[in-house]
Amino acid sequence: MKINLNSSAVPTRENRLGSVTGYVGDLHNLIEQSGCGSLRNSERCFSQSSTCLSGCAVGLLSSIRDVAVVWHAPAGCHSFTNVLGDQLAKNINATFDTKVVGTDLSEDDTVFGALESARSLVCKAYNQYRPKAIFVASSCVTGVIGEDIDSIVADLSAELGIPVVSVHCEGFKSRIWASGFDIADHAVLQTIVKPPKEKRRVVNFKNFFESERAQITELFARLDVTPQFLYSNSTVEELSHLSESLCTVCICGTLGTYLGNGLEELYGVPYVRTINPMGMAGFEAWLREIGKYVDREEEVEKIIAEDRAKYLPEIMKIKEEIQGHSAVIGMGPGYTYEVARVCQELGIDVVWAAAWHLDHQYDNGKIPPALEYLNETSPNNMGISVADQQNFEIVNILHEYKPDLYFSRHPGSTVWAIKQGITAVFVADEYMIFGYKGTLNFARTVRDSLRNRSFEKNLAARVKLPYTDWWYRQKNNAMFVN
Amino acid sequence: MARVLDQPRYKCALGAMNTVQSIEGAIPILHSGPGCAGKLSGFAGSSGKFSPNLFPCTSVSEREVVFGGMDKLRDTIDNALKVMDAGLFVVLTGCTSELIGDDVGEVVSEFRDAPKPVVYSSTPGFKGNNYEGHGWVLKSIFEQYLPAKSAAPEKRKGLVNVFAGPPQTDPYWHGNLRELETLISALGLTPNTIFGYGRGISALDRVPEAEFNVLVSPWVGLDALTFISKRYDTPLLHYPVLPVGAFESTKFLKAVGEFAGVSDAKVKAVTDEYEREYYYFIERYADMFLEMRIISKRFAVIGDAQYALALTKFLVNDLGMFPTPAYITDRTPEQYQPLIREEFKKLNYGIEADVDFLTDGYEIHERVKKEDFGGFPLIIGGSWDKALSNELHGNYVNLINPIIEKLIINSSIAGYSGGLKMLEEIYTAGLSRLIL
Repeated sequence: MKINLNSSAVPTRENRLGSVTGYVGDLHNLIEQSGCGSLRNSERCFSQSSTCLSGCAVGLLSSIRDVAVVWHAPAGCHSFTNVLGDQLAKNINATFDTKVVGTDLSEDDTVFGALESARSLVCKAYNQYRPKAIFVASSCVTGVIGEDIDSIVADLSAELGIPVVSVHCEGFKSRIWASGFDIADHAVLQTIVKPPKEKRRVVNFKNFFESERAQITELFARLDVTPQFLYSNSTVEELSHLSESLCTVCICGTLGTYLGNGLEELYGVPYVRTINPMGMAGFEAWLREIGKYVDREEEVEKIIAEDRAKYLPEIMKIKEEIQGHSAVIGMGPGYTYEVARVCQELGIDVVWAAAWHLDHQYDNGKIPPALEYLNETSPNNMGISVADQQNFEIVNILHEYKPDLYFSRHPGSTVWAIKQGITAVFVADEYMIFGYKGTLNFARTVRDSLRNRSFEKNLAARVKLPYTDWWYRQKNNAMFVN
Repeated sequence: MARVLDQPRYKCALGAMNTVQSIEGAIPILHSGPGCAGKLSGFAGSSGKFSPNLFPCTSVSEREVVFGGMDKLRDTIDNALKVMDAGLFVVLTGCTSELIGDDVGEVVSEFRDAPKPVVYSSTPGFKGNNYEGHGWVLKSIFEQYLPAKSAAPEKRKGLVNVFAGPPQTDPYWHGNLRELETLISALGLTPNTIFGYGRGISALDRVPEAEFNVLVSPWVGLDALTFISKRYDTPLLHYPVLPVGAFESTKFLKAVGEFAGVSDAKVKAVTDEYEREYYYFIERYADMFLEMRIISKRFAVIGDAQYALALTKFLVNDLGMFPTPAYITDRTPEQYQPLIREEFKKLNYGIEADVDFLTDGYEIHERVKKEDFGGFPLIIGGSWDKALSNELHGNYVNLINPIIEKLIINSSIAGYSGGLKMLEEIYTAGLSRLIL
């Protein structure tokens, strides 16, 4: 990858990585096609609503504690009430001062332009809230009418004396909302991160909601390093030092590729590219790799040995109860293949794994480690699809395979398995299966969900499914255009 | 003047997809970006038979921006008819499809003979917000789905169409609508509502049969109701105040009774009984209302026109509290603002409340902070106002969007029972300050 910090725009994942949103086949076929570069995207002639990349871009940036986002958009684009930052800041006894405000574009604005509104709102936000940086985010409307937000940020930056950064997150740009993660990373790399002055015993840790912050801080303390969590609870000042860290890790490959590879390319901060710390093999591989970069390999072995002794017996006991059950997985690609691996560690038979999109390579030009690992270790050649969060395809797969379990990860996607009478486990939190302890908790949740199926049974008996019988008789890729 | 949206309390016009979703059997088809529905969907209560992540969507991409999106829309409608088990398909446009100039009416007209009705409404986010969008979508459905006057069914004696707060935008929409039905039924009339459980398309089909229409709302939906009233020669009672508590509920019943030609004696018998029951409870709890020392006489309300008005009327006319300026945050169109200002002047004992139409949450909070409440105020608003209330050591009640800290399933704040529910909410806010 060649990161171009002179441009405010980031190429989308489709253009940069050749990522796809439509594919049906199996694991071996997918790896083969990815390897020889023959993987082609399938378009659909019918689709359901999914997710906008701008939510990912602005979501990440607005989780920094001391910035403002000026969203140059109609009201609907930022109509959600995001108060997560406040909750997370409380956990570390900090204040969350970040605000998201919008220009609430009107019909007149689409005719006459509204750059002046954006400019005056940046000034107003600065005067009211005194942020340490201001991100000016675009929208579909500003993209189509050609508002040049780049033309105002340089002046404003000089005038206000803080970074004022344009964030090009027009929703129509990419089907892959994870492109929004890259857009956020690019804005941070472009204007917030400074060249290193000294090396520090810090590990950049990109994640979403840092629910295991305490555990990880403790774990890293044993390796004599401090985690710098990103972007939740971070500050502009902290971000400016990212180039001085020993390495970068990420809880999700989809989330971390741009920042991790970017810091490596620009400042030589190594990016830890292993399977992720989910389940047992993942945790061990990940921690060992970190051990190398922070020069504490012996301590890592000690930690692993302790965890094995502490958790493995109980995990194995539960494994006996849940093994042999079949499962379908529907998640983002950063989790699908990781969770599939953990399921297999617990003896669950993964019959189908659907990812919402597929980066058949990351920004280092290599196949995602979890996918490669799964291909090498999976006892069976499972069905694979790239389903772009298309619910009608997932329920069709569930109808065909009738698995014992469905693993979901995105809001609003769990109930549809339940309605078809299939037990569903919502793997929402990125740390739900973190390490040995998380694996044990996960195994328990799966066991309890399988033991008590009352809720799904009650609901499934009383609802009418939203799809026609005709649809359930089709193949799940029937709406692909060849 | 440049607009400022700080602490958003409304969404965009496409948010009226919730209006379609709340008609059982109907589903929206979005000619919009892939993520619009996700952003516009409510946090809770959106997984009905169809949920926003199931809504067919053209997922407008760069390709359509360049080449137009009409083919994609045609395919999407065509396949939605095959895949989705719905009885009415309502195509809604988003910003991009409108800006690139797709002729959606043209595409939809090709489905005139489809096995299920397909209609459309123009709802780009830059044109208006979800309050306005609700009215536009409702009007489009009336206009395109319901029959012309010449083909309309016979009127049915005593049948009354009732419309109130926009579904899902109004957090208590379901409960309130049912309560209004109960009140109207008590007068011997038959209410017809189209939203929520057990109503749906068959209730929509009955709309032309009504003898008259009642719209309980300061302004939202007025255009749509005026439209059907004219088309079917059905008189419209536009009643701006959602009745909360005994005082306003009795007023409402009298107005409806008078409009529908129900005898005064009948109306009085109904309201007397309701009031007796209501005051049985008030009498039992009056000492708490009179003696709880941590709620001052003055209150502030921040929210859409419907709630700001309804709650002000209740707190002043029922509970004897005193208003400070009301902040109306729904971007009420200018032509309706005088009517709303007038309503805020019609309070008992000649009391009048000032009204500010504002969408800048920062500015609203700055103004409320300057108010002298003479004690710990009652702050009724959305989740944004919790921090404000904390700063003022206030008693905070979250009744208006955004509501992210409370689950509302089917409860109601309308009517006599709604007044009691309000009292529970307000005094629970006071009582829950206890440090335990």
